[in-house]
Amino acid sequence: MNYLLRGIGVVAAVGVAGLLAFSMPSGDAHGDGGGNTLPRVTNKNWQQECASCHIAYAPALLPKASWRRLMGGLDQHFGENASLDPATQADILRFLEANAADAGSSSMGRRVMQGMNPNEAPLRITETRWFVRKHDEVSRATWSRKSIGSAANCAACHRQAEQGVFDEDTVRIPK
Amino acid sequence: MIKRAVRIALATLGMASAVAGASDSPASLMAQYAKQAGVPVSALSASRGAALYRTEHPGRNGQAVSCAACHTANPTRAGRTRVGKRIEPLAPAANPQRFTDAAKVEKWFRRNCQDVLQRECSAQEKGDFIAWLSQAR
Repeated sequence: MNYLLRGIGVVAAVGVAGLLAFSMPSGDAHGDGGGNTLPRVTNKNWQQECASCHIAYAPALLPKASWRRLMGGLDQHFGENASLDPATQADILRFLEANAADAGSSSMGRRVMQGMNPNEAPLRITETRWFVRKHDEVSRATWSRKSIGSAANCAACHRQAEQGVFDEDTVRIPK
Repeated sequence: MIKRAVRIALATLGMASAVAGASDSPASLMAQYAKQAGVPVSALSASRGAALYRTEHPGRNGQAVSCAACHTANPTRAGRTRVGKRIEPLAPAANPQRFTDAAKVEKWFRRNCQDVLQRECSAQEKGDFIAWLSQAR
């Protein structure tokens, strides 16, 4: 009897775990937003973990090789320890790779890849030729304003950055 | 009979998953850390916790780092990350979500103790830290 109960318990546990695994979205694509709007792809862990310190930078802004390098060095993430448990880390990397600039799933990604060497794997979005070209009118003094802090702070000027909107008419550079 | 057994098994699982959710509290975490440190909860010290929060240490790049540097001198206020994102207040009096999820608490102690102290924090230090923040008003 005891064994029967225990057996049923195990079967139920495996079943519930399976259901949970399938009900958890690990990357849901809604297609490309076009223009300067990023593809509306999302992943729970990516949003929750990456966005606790900065906006969750869109996967289409760097190639797969960059994301692999970045996620492989989270214990020294631009001078901070951002380490994750292995399962969460693997889930986020899968999402980033599936939607990376060179995954072929977005026009934003194609633009980011233009002029990038195939063996290039920049760690900073701000180092990509695409980013530099797009921001060439912003002076060094502007970047270092207290209200902006650094070029990593997209939302300082791109007021709808959190929603993936980077259109020029949503830009307001703070004083 | 089997149906009933399945129902019991599922109910047990349900309870287990509820426990795994955010059911911790500053008091339960203090008790846990005190036990890990092998001391009674009464031996946790809010003033040691405050010192841990405020003391500046040489960071990896030579710049002084402290908890207060990002979380501000007053933990009931919102802080700011290095890239300018808002950090909700650390003190439960201002933010009841704090210290209600043991896994999250452990994750941030692991990361931030490494960043500030260049090592992990001891169970005693973690207990002291929560003891201080729980009474910050």
